[in-house]
Amino acid sequence: MSRHDVVISGIGLVSSLGEGPDAHWRKLVHPGLEPVLEAARFSPYTVHPLPEIDWNLQIAKRGDQRQMETWQRLGTYAAGMALDDAGIKGNDDLCTTMDMVVAAGGGERDEAVDADILAASESRNDRDVLLNEKLTTELRPTLFLAQLSNLLAGNISIVHKVTGSSRTFMGEEGAGVAAVETAAARIRSGQSTHILVGGAFQTEHSDMLLGYELAGYLHRGPWRPVWQRQGLDGGGVVTGSGGAFLVLEQREHAISRGRKIYAELGPVVSGRAIRRQGELDAEIAALLSQAALPNGELLTISGASGAHAATAAEKSALDANPAIAARGFSTLTGHMKEAQFPFAVALAALAVERKAAYPAFDAATEKPFNGIPRTVLATAIGYHQFEGMALVNAA
Amino acid sequence: MANLNDHMGRPIVAVTGIGVVTSLGVGKADNWAALTAGTSGIHPITRFPVDHLNTRISGTVDFLPSSSKGASLLTYDLAEIAAQEAVAEAGLDSGDFGGPLFLASPPVELDWSERFSLYNSDKHDVGAERLLRVARGLKGLDVFETTQFGSIADRLADRFGTRGLPITLSTACASGATSIQLGVEAIRRGECDRALSIGADGSATAEALIRFSLLSALSTHNDIPEKASKPFSRDRDGFVLAEGSGALVLESLEAALARGATILGILRGCGEKADDFHRTRSKPDGSPAIAAVRAALGDAGLGEDEIDYVNAHGTSTPENDKMEHLSLSTVFGERIGSMPISSNKSMIGHTLSAAGAVEAAFSLMTMRESVIPPTINYDNPDPAIVLDVVPNQKRNAEVGTVLSNSFGFGGQNTCLVMAREPV
Repeated sequence: MSRHDVVISGIGLVSSLGEGPDAHWRKLVHPGLEPVLEAARFSPYTVHPLPEIDWNLQIAKRGDQRQMETWQRLGTYAAGMALDDAGIKGNDDLCTTMDMVVAAGGGERDEAVDADILAASESRNDRDVLLNEKLTTELRPTLFLAQLSNLLAGNISIVHKVTGSSRTFMGEEGAGVAAVETAAARIRSGQSTHILVGGAFQTEHSDMLLGYELAGYLHRGPWRPVWQRQGLDGGGVVTGSGGAFLVLEQREHAISRGRKIYAELGPVVSGRAIRRQGELDAEIAALLSQAALPNGELLTISGASGAHAATAAEKSALDANPAIAARGFSTLTGHMKEAQFPFAVALAALAVERKAAYPAFDAATEKPFNGIPRTVLATAIGYHQFEGMALVNAA
Repeated sequence: MANLNDHMGRPIVAVTGIGVVTSLGVGKADNWAALTAGTSGIHPITRFPVDHLNTRISGTVDFLPSSSKGASLLTYDLAEIAAQEAVAEAGLDSGDFGGPLFLASPPVELDWSERFSLYNSDKHDVGAERLLRVARGLKGLDVFETTQFGSIADRLADRFGTRGLPITLSTACASGATSIQLGVEAIRRGECDRALSIGADGSATAEALIRFSLLSALSTHNDIPEKASKPFSRDRDGFVLAEGSGALVLESLEAALARGATILGILRGCGEKADDFHRTRSKPDGSPAIAAVRAALGDAGLGEDEIDYVNAHGTSTPENDKMEHLSLSTVFGERIGSMPISSNKSMIGHTLSAAGAVEAAFSLMTMRESVIPPTINYDNPDPAIVLDVVPNQKRNAEVGTVLSNSFGFGGQNTCLVMAREPV
């Protein structure tokens, strides 16, 4: 233990299961919990939809809410929860010195305008002119900002006054991994004392599904748990809307404020397997080895997406270690892309803090874990590229 | 023996390779010749029709094979060309770079040409439903990869043999500077001896132009394109959308000297501060930009009187130039009137995600060549902005230290301090 250790002092979570660390804990420890599914709206795809959210709870001004599409609102909301949880929200001294790393994708385009342009394109050869004609007249001027990647961070600055620094990483699960890894490295090296890190994903938009389906990654047909989609129709990914933000803090800084500490964030490791060259198995093994796993039974919060190749590789690596008891939370939340790794770390921290493991999320595949988890592994093996893991230890 | 650590005991970060592409051309030599001659790269748009558009000019890079092939492919090529120049200059193996990659690049989306082509390849259903139907029947990953935010960096990592998970980032118009800052920090933490920082932007599509236009951010001085970007002028009316790339090889001074590399300059300090005022406008008192400049000076261990030249953000929007003047005059006080401050954007336009990296490259060259590129089109000075903008003509001057500013939508403010010599 050292004063520059990285600890987790705040958690904000939203998923189809509800909002907040307590609500997630209560649901997830319930054996045989059924997922919340929406199978009709985007058929043949199933998604895990957002729960009812009262945005006013974290975004007081209606004007601010209107300036964001759902993805940005969701992230700003989850970030506010994490700040509240850490006792930072509303504290000017802490907010104005707080750093921020957000893992972001893009926002939501105007589906009606796009559909209108596509429909018109069937009878027009001058499609580029058509585009100018429609976009100049039909786009809402501020929509650009409401969907721009770095404006999730921008809105967090505006709404929650976090202004020490603001960086946005892009790139699916890897962005979430790099955000947590970089934030932890900055605290360990003394470059920062407290950092807000996380991401959000709003899947209930056709473009967000298209981002997977252009490579056939989405699972089709009846829902199955994340580990049980191999060989079925489609590519295995079932997505979910959600967000996860963490307050990472230098141990000494958190203690001096008298804050509750959920857990210590241990090693965060990341990699880039060249998968077409068959490197994924070796990369996962290398990350497991770099993470310096402790002896004994190890609860593992897996961010597996369900994507056939990546999930099979992760499963076989985890199964190969008899000490590991994996919990694939995408079974219950769906895959949340940029938010996936921060979400995994948050669930790991909760288990450590509550001194209890989650029951199997998929009793047919996942084995029981009976002890008290003092260390929990969190993983995110990207559905297409990039890999990462972190060890979360008792505070 | 040079001092290898800075005033805070951290490894000093040297620049050993520089690459750049803008509308003025490929590579440092062509760009520098044009830039110091006061040549503009702004031209009428020919990439797409300009019917219905209020702005019909840009600084697009039109001379690459990928220039007409969509934002993702062009951004990759821009990044690759600049990085190749930088890595070659550094004398490193261009297939086995051996350090991390930090890429500033624009957010990606499925290009309209692809949307049209997917949509019109089928007749069932309408709108998004049809796109999804077509998508799941696609063979190959080419279209998919243009929609993945991590793909450009993934390809670059393959191409240059960089280490580990590459980071793709966006801090809007400050992105290029942030990519450099991330590299500097990684070296200072001792995580690596070298890093490849790239800012690249090939996203000047019709939709991008329309989006900025709807926010009233772009110049509409279409008649004489090369005169449209006029930072600090009274009649400035917006920025000119542009493309380009800049790449730096960053190395700990110790590692660079040990392998006998030529030191092109020092990345001495980085500073940032977010603004919570508004999505596109800065806090009226300029305090976040002021704080970012001061943070960069503090990080560099330099006082206000130790900056020789400012490479301005200087976008030519009414708002930016006013705010930048306010913040610089607050930090530098009376000295501001006699400090040279010029805007490369007067010639190359605003290269968005690439700007911070492109302008860092030009800042380093300014010190090496002892020539300050001008701010062109400075014919009607804004009386409210009294600055030595190095008007219209380059200036020969010994420049030992540069401050380079980058400010962006979403309250992003990032400043870099560079120096010619290690200490």
